[in-house]
Amino acid sequence: MSVTAPEPKRNMGQPVPRVDARLKVTGEARYPADVPLNNLAHGVLVTSDIARGRIKRLDLAEAKAVQGVIEILTHENARELKPLAFGNAVATSISPLAEPRIWHDGQIIALVLADTYEAAREAAYRVKAEYDTEPPSAGFGSAGTETVLAKDVTETHKEDPAVGDVEAALRSAAVTIDVEYSTPTQHHNPIELFSTTCAWAGDQLTVYEPSQFVYGYKHAVAKQLGIDPRNVRVISQYIGGAFGSKGPMTPRTGIVALAAKRINRPVRCVVTRQQGFTTTTYRAETRHRIRIGATPDGKITGFSHEGWEITSRPDAYVVAGTDTTSRLYGYGAVWTRVNMVKADRNTPGYMRSPPELPYNYALESAMDELAVALKMDPVELRRVNDTMKEPIKGLPYTSRPLMQCYDEAAASFGWSKRNPAVGSMREDDWLIGWGCATAVYPTNMGAAAARVRLSSDGSVRVQTAAHEIGTGAYTVIGQMAAERLGVGIEAVNVELGDTALPPAPVAGGSNTTATVCSTVLKACDAIRDKLFRAAVAAKDSPLAGRDPAQLELRGGTVQAGGASEKLSDLFARMGSGAIEEYAEWMPAGFAPESIQKLYNGTSTLKGGSKGDKMMYAFGAEFVEVRIHARTREIRVPRIVGAFAGGRIMNTRTARSQLMGGMIWGIGSALHEKTEIDPRAARYLNKNISEYLIPVNADIQQLEVILVPEEDREVNPAGIKGLGELGNVGTAAAIAAAVYHATGKRIRDLPIRLENLLST
Amino acid sequence: MRPFLYERADSPERAVQAAASGLSGNPAHVQAASQFIAGGTNLSDLMKIDVMRPEKLVDINPVGGTPAGRIEVSDTGIRFGALVRMAQAEEHPAVKERYPVIAQTLKLAATQQLRNMASLGGNLLQRTRCEYFREVSWPCNKRVPGSGCSALEGINRQHAVLGSSRNCIATYPGDFAQALIALDAMVETMGPGGVRRLRFADLHRPPGDTPHVETALEAAELITAITVPAGPWTRRSLYLKIRDRESYAFALASAAVALDMEGDRVREARIALGGVATVPWRAREAEEALRGKPLDEKTAMAAAEVALAQAAPREHNAFKVPLAKQTIVRALLDAKRMEA
Ligand SMILES: Cc1cc2nc3c(=O)[nH]c(=O)nc-3n(C[C@H](O)[C@H](O)[C@H](O)COP(=O)(O)OP(=O)(O)OC[C@H]3O[C@@H](n4cnc5c(N)ncnc54)[C@H](O)[C@@H]3O)c2cc1C
Ligand code: SF4
Repeated sequence: MSVTAPEPKRNMGQPVPRVDARLKVTGEARYPADVPLNNLAHGVLVTSDIARGRIKRLDLAEAKAVQGVIEILTHENARELKPLAFGNAVATSISPLAEPRIWHDGQIIALVLADTYEAAREAAYRVKAEYDTEPPSAGFGSAGTETVLAKDVTETHKEDPAVGDVEAALRSAAVTIDVEYSTPTQHHNPIELFSTTCAWAGDQLTVYEPSQFVYGYKHAVAKQLGIDPRNVRVISQYIGGAFGSKGPMTPRTGIVALAAKRINRPVRCVVTRQQGFTTTTYRAETRHRIRIGATPDGKITGFSHEGWEITSRPDAYVVAGTDTTSRLYGYGAVWTRVNMVKADRNTPGYMRSPPELPYNYALESAMDELAVALKMDPVELRRVNDTMKEPIKGLPYTSRPLMQCYDEAAASFGWSKRNPAVGSMREDDWLIGWGCATAVYPTNMGAAAARVRLSSDGSVRVQTAAHEIGTGAYTVIGQMAAERLGVGIEAVNVELGDTALPPAPVAGGSNTTATVCSTVLKACDAIRDKLFRAAVAAKDSPLAGRDPAQLELRGGTVQAGGASEKLSDLFARMGSGAIEEYAEWMPAGFAPESIQKLYNGTSTLKGGSKGDKMMYAFGAEFVEVRIHARTREIRVPRIVGAFAGGRIMNTRTARSQLMGGMIWGIGSALHEKTEIDPRAARYLNKNISEYLIPVNADIQQLEVILVPEEDREVNPAGIKGLGELGNVGTAAAIAAAVYHATGKRIRDLPIRLENLLST
Repeated sequence: MRPFLYERADSPERAVQAAASGLSGNPAHVQAASQFIAGGTNLSDLMKIDVMRPEKLVDINPVGGTPAGRIEVSDTGIRFGALVRMAQAEEHPAVKERYPVIAQTLKLAATQQLRNMASLGGNLLQRTRCEYFREVSWPCNKRVPGSGCSALEGINRQHAVLGSSRNCIATYPGDFAQALIALDAMVETMGPGGVRRLRFADLHRPPGDTPHVETALEAAELITAITVPAGPWTRRSLYLKIRDRESYAFALASAAVALDMEGDRVREARIALGGVATVPWRAREAEEALRGKPLDEKTAMAAAEVALAQAAPREHNAFKVPLAKQTIVRALLDAKRMEA
């Protein structure tokens, strides 16, 4: 596998190495649980052993007897925490210590506080709980679940996209398929464990917690505690992986804050790997039924997609990927429906490509099945149904280089050498299969604010409460400022992840680069404007009298035509040490209150299918699978993806995201699954020794092709998000390749060797 | 984790003495109040999740400075001290050349980091990965005798199809053990009652009615060495491990095979199975079925059928029966192609 960053092509930035790389590999980057604090007490959670019922009795005697234990918070003594309404920055309405009720396996039932982590952990084991247990419903197929229409109960999916008469279209279609798929429960498992550290100074609370939305946490925890949000500061400067799991705030934050207040000491609570599976969020299992009708030459005339998703009893969490699948191709008639199935589970939450990963797996697998039914090349089937207008309302895509992605990836992969006959590409004892699928992800943007200062010495400071979740935010935001202000990246200091800074939206929906770079661009342009006006206004300036619009800022000088003036001279002439601009930016068509809401901790994201134009990033992935003819283990020795994402800020970080996405996609196809005991509705493999993801040995040849694309309509920076795109479609490509190798169509993920063994 | 006493011992004698002094009654080896700790890659893991709660740990790493930390090779066989690290043994040239199956069982286990820490003695005694065993709130006969077995009617994809009982179907997870049982290894121990030698095949106990008694070891009995006799089959030997991903995963099924061939005919075959049985598993009837026969697809499959004849699959692990058969066939045919 090549490790060099791709050469920038048209509309691509330099592969600037991560500005924080050294800090991270040397351990100098301070993650929230690393922050040193005086007189720190340690908190360890105790979680429930049952999924449904009530706590009858808690016996704390043995736990309290452990030397060093300070206090134990339970539902009996910590009821002052306020339950929160589910949604946006709030992960769940379940408020563990507010009531004796148990809603799910591994629910927080106590927080043990002690002088040392060891004492707290030992005491946590010694807390004894007795329950009144009720039989729980684990998920699909369990008795006692409740199925409701998503559009009736959620804010995020108010309408099931549909157009025309699908039943008629299917009846009259020459070729039809009617197939069902499923995807399992998955957990993010960021390597950095979940943690909360809280310190009070009088009525001022500081929270250190890995967070993808510090403003959201600030307001949510203030509500949970019933205090003024102005008294709360949330700091999260580095995050060791998040993938959505640190997007909305979970109830732990307020519990730890309350504990710190109670004992009048800073408290740190690091959640164990096992507890992370049940006290945060997860990707819920989904089911799908897809029906497609097509003409003999592959033109789709009817498309129907019904989805089912698991959620908790109280919260209507839904991803509703039909918003995208219903619009991806130029179908004729479309019918969709999304159902929620309520079970005794904790509330699910965003996980990398929340809607697209499961829903597009189903759609893209169905496309491959249709191609087989039509005896058509699967790439050609996509070409025949490619469209510049979505079918529901006829809205145009701002740009859609899908087939260009297919063609570039196919050429590099060698797709033309594929023999479509099932089982035809065997090599010795290995059955070889090739498959492909579409990757697609909405271009999301939110309202944001940023402060940028250019000093007379040419140094730049950028401040915004955006988040570095491992994607390279410090670097690409710095690149944008460096480019607009004509300085080197080393002159730019970027500050992120702190509610003392101007607000930025949740690091979710792959919006950060597009949103924050657009905002920083605006602030920089305001600085340029001031500078340029001053330059042309001063009589003794070499640039006097020029048109400010013709000026350029490059290499620490203001230039126009042949004339130039050094920044330091210009600042001296202005009698000024620095110019600072505070910019607020919102995507076109945003409701004006969106920015105000952001200051109050609510993110509004827009893009994708939610406006007058369809804004999406696209890609195409091709995989080779090898399956042993006898023992049937499945490996992916080769994967090629071509992606277009508008302006690429940095080819190195873009490639990393896409590469990580594709590897994730391989895991989603073959490895990842949280096992649930259906009798008890409890997770079993709550550990990364048994929750499998690909390891290095699983990844051999992996190629990322960046397809140049210019899209000036999406946002001023011309950026589409790439953070999630890479894992969409991979599982479908692998399922297609498995079929090509073996003739077996596996529709339930993960695909494991037992699916391919004949018993 | 709960508090425990910690003592270091630099000789087998001192280790046994230290462990025995913390004992009362006659508990099973794994349930004794004092436990040896070597690499700690299994024991400290189980202590963190509260499954093992020893009151006293006897750190035997300093015993590595005695013969218990060395590998000795002679014409009659090989002797591994119990404190040899997995990584040390897998890289030993004589092991790689003359006993490839041993090197491979080690190399294909865990990760390099773990193998740098883990000792051979500890490896043999690693405990099952059964999820119900590893979470203390589930009933589990192995952890709490008489409490029931949650895996019988639960999610039992990883569980055993051979050697199980109605009290426990937990898989023995290790790889190295399959090489040892195939090659008729012996184990040397020292306990409060003195030293003894036992057949490796007798070290692990099938669960029967007492799944918490995992081995024939007495409380505070220390494994000091493992010996493997030389034989005409050891060079033509290999380990085939089938798993969900390419590395760093326990076996769904595995086969350690060793062959002594006379032309195309099998003079003697050794077959052991991992990932499918409650204990290290020797497929003796399958070996017998091959004796004197030409080794080909047909005879290999016939032997595999014999090996799995007694299999007792549960709801989610039925695939292990055909998988184990295919693993045996593949391993045998691959071994046949080796140069002896
Ligand atoms: C994530 C993960 C993946 C793994 N994958 C594999 C795999 O694929 N294949 C595989 O085979 N193994 C695997 N292992 C297990 C690993 O090989 C064992 O944990 C290791 O070999 C144990 O050796 P240790 O020295 O660390 O034992 P310790 O943890 O120190 O001890 C284990 C047990 O043995 C006892 N003990 C240790 N030495 C002696 C002795 N000389 N005499 C008597 N009792 C003793 C201890 O008291 C303890 O009960 C994996 C482990 C992990 C954590
Ligand atoms: S299989 Fe054995 S270890 Fe697992 S739950 Fe049953 S008794 Fe316990």
